[in-house]
Amino acid sequence: MAKEKNKREKKAGQKLTLGAVILEPGSTRNYHTGAWRVYRPVLDNSKCVSCSNCWKVCPDAAIKRTPEGKFYIDYTYCKGCLLCLNECGVKAIVKEVEVK
Amino acid sequence: MKKVEESSIAVAIGAKLARVQVFPMYPITPSTHIQEQIAEYVNSGELEAELIDVESEHSALSAAVGAVAAGSRTFTATSSQGFALMFEVLPIASGMRLPIVMAVANRALSAPINIWNDHSDSVSARDQGWIQLYVESGQEALDTTIQAFKIAEDKNVLLPVMVNLDGFSLTHVFEEIDEPEQKEVDAFLPAYKPEHFLDVKNPKTFGPIAFPDSYMEFKKQQQDAMIKSLETIKKVNSEFAKKFGRPYGNGLIDTYKMADAKFAIIAMGTVCGTARVVVDELRKKGKKAGLIKLRCLRPFPTEDLLRATKGLKALGVIDRHVSLGFEGPLFADLKAVLNSNLKMAGFIAGLGGRDVSMKHLHKVFSEIEKAKPKGSWLL
Repeated sequence: MAKEKNKREKKAGQKLTLGAVILEPGSTRNYHTGAWRVYRPVLDNSKCVSCSNCWKVCPDAAIKRTPEGKFYIDYTYCKGCLLCLNECGVKAIVKEVEVK
Repeated sequence: MKKVEESSIAVAIGAKLARVQVFPMYPITPSTHIQEQIAEYVNSGELEAELIDVESEHSALSAAVGAVAAGSRTFTATSSQGFALMFEVLPIASGMRLPIVMAVANRALSAPINIWNDHSDSVSARDQGWIQLYVESGQEALDTTIQAFKIAEDKNVLLPVMVNLDGFSLTHVFEEIDEPEQKEVDAFLPAYKPEHFLDVKNPKTFGPIAFPDSYMEFKKQQQDAMIKSLETIKKVNSEFAKKFGRPYGNGLIDTYKMADAKFAIIAMGTVCGTARVVVDELRKKGKKAGLIKLRCLRPFPTEDLLRATKGLKALGVIDRHVSLGFEGPLFADLKAVLNSNLKMAGFIAGLGGRDVSMKHLHKVFSEIEKAKPKGSWLL
């Protein structure tokens, strides 16, 4: 039973605490939702006018900014919902089929 | 201290003596006197606790989840439709392993609207991971409320507990009760100190999602804790008996004249009082009658019931709830575990406050004495 539990915990990537309490804050960072993606949004910075529409609507906070203010997509967490593509007023974002 | 009190008040006294810190509550008949009395304790300053006025029973139990997650001892009470409205939160409380204690003044479910007693509210929630205890008297209601916290908060258990008492036929009945001393209750029930609780200085996540790769493991943990709690319930009952002089059977079941009984009734709640009188009458006529009072419906005390029914010829099962389209749930459970040589018949009784009289129980005994007993509705 204990062995089985260890195996399960290893697979789940975390301790199976009573009541599923997660003891470390910010553990969601370890969950790479980018693996879910079917379509990959691609941002063309030469067209981007930095209006920040995509940044506001992204449900996963996966649109980020460099210190210089340039927007980019964090593919570790981007699930490929394409809301950014839909909301982009200057069509600076296109979609590509994710190939792994 | 001995006094004459209504059983609802006895429950409130139990919660007060348990030093409950948070009461999220929404009144509903016939549990209302419990909430009223607790509100009075808080209002008068007799009890230092937070009473949360909520807008519905769903919110009452949700607030209880939050309060226990924050590390407070928490109690609430409800009945019937209010209980049904709480249903969504029942498995959340047990899945999060939060030791909430809730008194359920058992009442029929609508429709037709009916405010009187049966067990259809709590029994239909028997699969939701709450320990379910059923009491028979005001004293037992008071004592079990105190015991419930000790069971729920045990490190091996950490599960919510329902203290079920029959609406009106117990909640509104006045009896002599012996109120334990606060000092003694404090010694029996130390303060609730959970290992994990909501704390801004030490952030943790409560109630996260579990994917298919771990959900079953969490459910297995709950199942294991439920089974383990059988021992805890017995242990708490005997510790309580030692300290306060009042045992309730072995905590899981109580028996009456079962040592040499050949024919017996098994029931939960106030019907057991009537059944004892019927057993006495039959004994006077030389019949070997007995009674098993089931105190704990979940977890189901299989081993204790097997022991109690050893040597028995026939068992009449009283259900104050029916799994519509099948039969009484207690009858179904018992058939699954008891010896197949034991003759059994299931009786649906006392729905919507219908009196379960001595005549009914005599009928049960005369039926189970037959070669092929048949269950029925005691109308």
